[in-house]
Amino acid sequence: MSISPGMQLAEEPGSIAAETRAATTIGDGGRLGRRAGRRRGLLGRLGLNIWALVIIVCSIFPVYWMVNMSFTPSNQIISRNPSLLPLDFTFKNYITAWTREAAPGQTDFPHALISSITVGLAVVVVCAILAFLASIALARFAFRGRVFFIVAVLVVQMVPGEAMMFTIYNMIDDWRLMNTLLGLFIVHLAAVVPFTIWTLRGFVKGVPAELEEAAMIDGCTKAQAFWKVTFPLMAPALVSTGIFAFIQSWNEFLMALLLLKGYNLTLPPWLNSFQSATEATNWGAVMAGSTLIALPVVIFFLFVQGRMVGGLVNGAVKG
Amino acid sequence: MSATLAEPDATPRTPTTKPPRPPKGAPTAPRRKKPVQWAPWALLAPSIALLVVMVVYPTIVMLVTSFTNLEIKNKMLGTSPDFVGFDNYIEIFTDSQFPQVLARSLGLMVVLTVLIVVFGMLIALTMTKLSKAWRLAVSVSLLFAWAMPPLAATVVWGWMFDTDYGVINWALNTITGTQDWRGHGWLENPWSFMMVLVIIVTWQSIPFAAITFYAGLGQVPEEVIEASSLDGASAWQRFRLIVLPYMRNVITAVLVLETIWNLRIFTQVYALQQQGGLASETNVLPTYLFRQGLGEFGTTAAIGVFMVILLMAISYFNVRNSLKDEEL
Repeated sequence: MSISPGMQLAEEPGSIAAETRAATTIGDGGRLGRRAGRRRGLLGRLGLNIWALVIIVCSIFPVYWMVNMSFTPSNQIISRNPSLLPLDFTFKNYITAWTREAAPGQTDFPHALISSITVGLAVVVVCAILAFLASIALARFAFRGRVFFIVAVLVVQMVPGEAMMFTIYNMIDDWRLMNTLLGLFIVHLAAVVPFTIWTLRGFVKGVPAELEEAAMIDGCTKAQAFWKVTFPLMAPALVSTGIFAFIQSWNEFLMALLLLKGYNLTLPPWLNSFQSATEATNWGAVMAGSTLIALPVVIFFLFVQGRMVGGLVNGAVKG
Repeated sequence: MSATLAEPDATPRTPTTKPPRPPKGAPTAPRRKKPVQWAPWALLAPSIALLVVMVVYPTIVMLVTSFTNLEIKNKMLGTSPDFVGFDNYIEIFTDSQFPQVLARSLGLMVVLTVLIVVFGMLIALTMTKLSKAWRLAVSVSLLFAWAMPPLAATVVWGWMFDTDYGVINWALNTITGTQDWRGHGWLENPWSFMMVLVIIVTWQSIPFAAITFYAGLGQVPEEVIEASSLDGASAWQRFRLIVLPYMRNVITAVLVLETIWNLRIFTQVYALQQQGGLASETNVLPTYLFRQGLGEFGTTAAIGVFMVILLMAISYFNVRNSLKDEEL
């Protein structure tokens, strides 16, 4: 569950950062090569495009294959000659994935979905509040211990949660939170908060404090100025980091596997159980389940990625 | 580290020259002399509480546990464990598979990181040369690979490499025109298991590297490239002598992050082990720890402490890198 602290959303007007953003948005930029490309011969261009096609096919194929298999009837999946298109289109796999228990005594998809959404939304909301407050403190106040805290956030973020799995297990157990969504929620929350603080702090910093001061001169209190001026400007950043936190929680497998059992599983352990129990008989349903889990993430991801990448580069190039 | 320095971002109090001022020539807005010290701490309190309870405290508990012989028995009976000094550490290094697993993890990390960075750079360079439509197509397809949840991706890849009905075996049969690959079990042999694992992780990680590098390449000034090619620099020389130095920070950032991430992979290894393959021959650090199970908490804590130290040592570069670019 780690994401780079360097991948900040910071956008400082007037710096290289702002200038770079144009280049980082997918679809334009790349001024480096344009000229070179023009000089290239027809043959070179053809080779280049074939290579690009190879990249595209390699990237897409597994995703395509998952979707393809999820619509293919089971008897065709188990054939020596797999078909590249779902010619005998069927929804049966989805129905199986949706209705069948992952394994005897374990949850079915709808319940796992509800669990995942519950944990994910709770993480997003609480994380946004905590990180938002902290980022205001770090970006708008000068106080003793500020730099220490920033460094501490960076360091804490790097502590590998995997290493402490059993210590955290015992802790959750001692708190009587074993096999509850609340327990998993706390674990996920702690995993995403440091990164979110770091990114939001960069963003608050990017909003000029002069705007707030102007509001204060016009009679706002400091809190009002922040709320009415800076907060709306930060809303997009809050949404992106929120989606990011949600994806992290949605995909998290290890602690969910360790802490949850039976009817409380979230989606990743559900898929794990479902796959182990049905892989011999019904791969189509496993693929349908995978597709259902992947879909929301892919959609969300397309929303946020531009910002995230832009941030990393801005951070890294500035120095 | 005193906070009384004039920090550029803590502006409300620092008197600087600011253009937008109300016309009335009001002297200054009501300003406090000394910052209110409790306000920032009140804002930070919830986060501090969370991180102390969920990160700092377990780290300390784990460190303490690693010097004891705490077992599940102690938990059941409510007895307290004994202090055993460095016994757990000696045990994991002399009397377990741990050194082997560590070597495997480090080896895997090196292979993955090199592949990801090299291919990422290659694809990024390709993207700069493509026409707009092609570039968009490449970016979008990379995003699909990147966005796939790791578990789902591993399940799909595992199925593609399936012994009996996998599309890979089918494709190899078709290409070679033989039936040699029928029933070829990719996951049985630990080396071939690792190869499949490398393919899966690389496939998922390249997009991040490629898209980041591509964004970085956009910042290399065109004039310099042009000047050098006028001076007769070959493509390789241009890349090595001009593009690389400009990209150094981006490459370092990606390199460090990939190193850390590749040491921490759990989901892909675990899920692939579920689909076949001998866990004892293919474990990496996180799966090895997981498979120790509940029981000997002292030993598992020692493994955990070792992992934390190892990863923190690598993260040092990342933290330094991040701080360097920031005016705090």
